Amino acid sequence: MAYNPITRARAKPSGGRGETLVWYLTRLSAVALFVLALSHFSITHFVFDPSEQTAEWIRENRWSSLVWRSFDWLMLMMVLLHSALGMRTVLSDIVTRPRARMLVLSGLYILTIILFVLGSAVVFTLPGMEVAAAR
Amino acid sequence: MSRYLGLAFTYRGGAGSWAYVLHRLSGIGVWLFIVLHVLDIWLVGANAEAYDEILAFYASPAGRVMETLLGAALLYHALNGMRILLIDLWPSLTRWHRQLWWLSWILFFGLGVPGALIILKPIWQGLIPAVAGLVIPGVR
Repeated sequence: MAYNPITRARAKPSGGRGETLVWYLTRLSAVALFVLALSHFSITHFVFDPSEQTAEWIRENRWSSLVWRSFDWLMLMMVLLHSALGMRTVLSDIVTRPRARMLVLSGLYILTIILFVLGSAVVFTLPGMEVAAAR
Repeated sequence: MSRYLGLAFTYRGGAGSWAYVLHRLSGIGVWLFIVLHVLDIWLVGANAEAYDEILAFYASPAGRVMETLLGAALLYHALNGMRILLIDLWPSLTRWHRQLWWLSWILFFGLGVPGALIILKPIWQGLIPAVAGLVIPGVR
């Protein structure tokens, strides 16, 4: 794999269309996460304290808003996309034998899909929206 | 594996090598937390009591130290990622890559130190009267 000699990040692939797409998607999700993940960390640690964000608080405050549910679901998709592509690059560097690499990467993709399903399930099904509707 | 470590630690011009090693380590660290974090948020719906127990750990002193490290990893990865992106988009910035590297560290400490102080407040808040009591007799 080719690297930028200065930043040592992956150089833009010159060959296959798939790898070029991976390269662009990594950077596109990076820009989204620069805003989403940093503001999420700031809200959960600087605006509120971890001690006050109980399950009840999430139901009745944070996720009683469609805006914040959408924000969190978009962040979930971006972070799973970005981390799956990043870990794919890391694991491909570590595991070089084709069979082992295929197994490890399959595991990564299955884990990513499971996390997407569980994360989406809670965003979409957690009661709390009726609190917003009642206001 | 040894090939990977060799690649990671081969000297290729100072800042770039360190930036690369730290980018990978912080990326892997944040990914591990994401796996935990999606599962704990899933528990908000599936088992709220279990979620509240995990939250109690996040709010504990040990949890706060780990969140500070998580925040550091996230902030470093975000800032160095921006540096990578800027150089990818405008290769002429390569000329200033060292300045960009130092700028990312200025932002890292400038934003990170106040952030760490806020997260760790319950730990150091208790220490101030204790230390003051040791140094100034009669103050508690």
